Amino acid sequence: MFVIGERINGQFTDIGDAIAAKDPKPVQDMALRQLAAGSVALDINVGTRVPKEARGDVMEWLVKSVREVTDAPLAIDSPSLDTMRRGVALAARGGKTVINSTTAQEDKLGGFMALAKEFSAGIICLAIDENGVASTADAKTELGMRALAAAMEADVPIEDVYLDPIILPLNCDQKAPEIAMQTISQFRLLSDPAPHVVVGLSNVGQGSRERSLINRTFLAMAIASGLDASIHDPLDEELMNVVFTAELLMNKSIYSDSYLTASRPGR
Amino acid sequence: MISLSDAKEKWAGSISALTIGATAEGGGTRTSTVTVGGENSLPFMHYEGQTPHRPVIAMEVWDRQPDEWADPLMAALGDAVLSPADWARRCVEEWGADMILLKLMGTHPDLGGRTPDEAAGTVRDVLGAVGVPLIIWGSENDEKDNEVMPRCAQAAAGERCLMGIATEGNYKTLVAACQADGHCLINQSPIDINIAKQVNILVSEMGFPLDRVVMYETTGALGYGMEYVYSIQERSRVAALGGDKMMSLPIICMVGQEAWRVKEAKASAEEQPTWGNAQTRGVLWELATASALLQAGSDILVVRHPATAQALKRVISSLVA
Repeated sequence: MFVIGERINGQFTDIGDAIAAKDPKPVQDMALRQLAAGSVALDINVGTRVPKEARGDVMEWLVKSVREVTDAPLAIDSPSLDTMRRGVALAARGGKTVINSTTAQEDKLGGFMALAKEFSAGIICLAIDENGVASTADAKTELGMRALAAAMEADVPIEDVYLDPIILPLNCDQKAPEIAMQTISQFRLLSDPAPHVVVGLSNVGQGSRERSLINRTFLAMAIASGLDASIHDPLDEELMNVVFTAELLMNKSIYSDSYLTASRPGR
Repeated sequence: MISLSDAKEKWAGSISALTIGATAEGGGTRTSTVTVGGENSLPFMHYEGQTPHRPVIAMEVWDRQPDEWADPLMAALGDAVLSPADWARRCVEEWGADMILLKLMGTHPDLGGRTPDEAAGTVRDVLGAVGVPLIIWGSENDEKDNEVMPRCAQAAAGERCLMGIATEGNYKTLVAACQADGHCLINQSPIDINIAKQVNILVSEMGFPLDRVVMYETTGALGYGMEYVYSIQERSRVAALGGDKMMSLPIICMVGQEAWRVKEAKASAEEQPTWGNAQTRGVLWELATASALLQAGSDILVVRHPATAQALKRVISSLVA
């Protein structure tokens, strides 16, 4: 599974403090810890503690720091096309990048797809348009189709496209998880080969007391529905155990009694 | 006219490459080394991948005279079976073997119970007789092998031999011996892909490098389980090419051992007059099994009959050309 580790985010105290102190070590340590826990890629998010005008510089600083210790794919997480461009351009020099993310609004899609094409980057496309978050499976799927069409037009290969159905917190909308799962299945039918499907997993358990249990249960169900990528906390061991186990149950890897040991690249 | 998209597979992984044998430069006395593995697509798909090292042929030599081998096989080997060193020499010089597999059946408690020192002596004799790399295979009696194999590993220290077998229930002694004396290891599993992966994990957990390990997923002769073995080897290859590092190991097959057990190889012309030439039946059975397993993904084919070795060499050449 394409696990994108979410911990390098200025919202977290350790990273926020490191950004303020211009200390790369906590950032680099977190990068390596996430990879050792089974992340394939790393999300890089400046967070909102940093004032807007400084975010481009901080993004570049984060990318530079992480690239010093790994050439793993980096997901550049920013709503600003300018900050995105700066992060992607720098990250692409040392490895693969993923644009996190674009909505399906026509005026945004074009610009972000062109950026993806320019840097051979992956691109996450959200089921959101000018009307907001699409609420039904059909509406979400339509936005997914729009994203795919834009990718084709911009000559971005399907292997670089990640559709996100958008998952809302369970304690806000209990109908949402099932709709998300139906959308995931439908996304996978949109083309052959199918586009990747990703979720920002932490959203589903957000604000709930049992958030870890909720997150990992939803992850298992989503994988069964066709999810093949996820942005989450790889340091959550139980969560990663679910990833590895669900993959076996979907016959995506070969079972062995010590499969958990073998699944973690780091010790 | 629409253009058809390319049917080539793009694989994320590859089989690791492994060198057996050490020349003087490497601290041994071999005159040649053998490298296997390195494939980055399914067997022989030349249009989509490389076979940087062709499959190799090892011939099986015993440290005791075999007493139940088929007549046509014994006839072809002649006096060679009286001396492991002579037998090994003829395998290399007359019959073109790339490696020798010395099977220490004589150490088995029920077959003579040769001592660890005697076995080590045979290892030294064979190393002295040929310049090709050596595979050393125990009697598969766990208790005895755990005494014999470390002694043989010491006797062959520096030669970078391939030593077998490590199983799920008995691997620590052999792994330690290979670690100590710089040898490569054969991990065995009983036609079970999950156990194959498990043994690789257990060995890796001891700190033994996976790039010094070969998998033996057990061999079934044509008509006696070959398809099952084929499917396991193929699944292992697909997993490896898909990026599963625990399965990305070269594979060895004990073709001769299995093919020459079957009645189609052993029955005389009198017993089975409609089965065709008794002299060639066994060879063909061995060759057919080897040829099929090559397609599943096999790197080291261990055969017994000289004619099989020679014919198989031609088969491999035509497949890698």
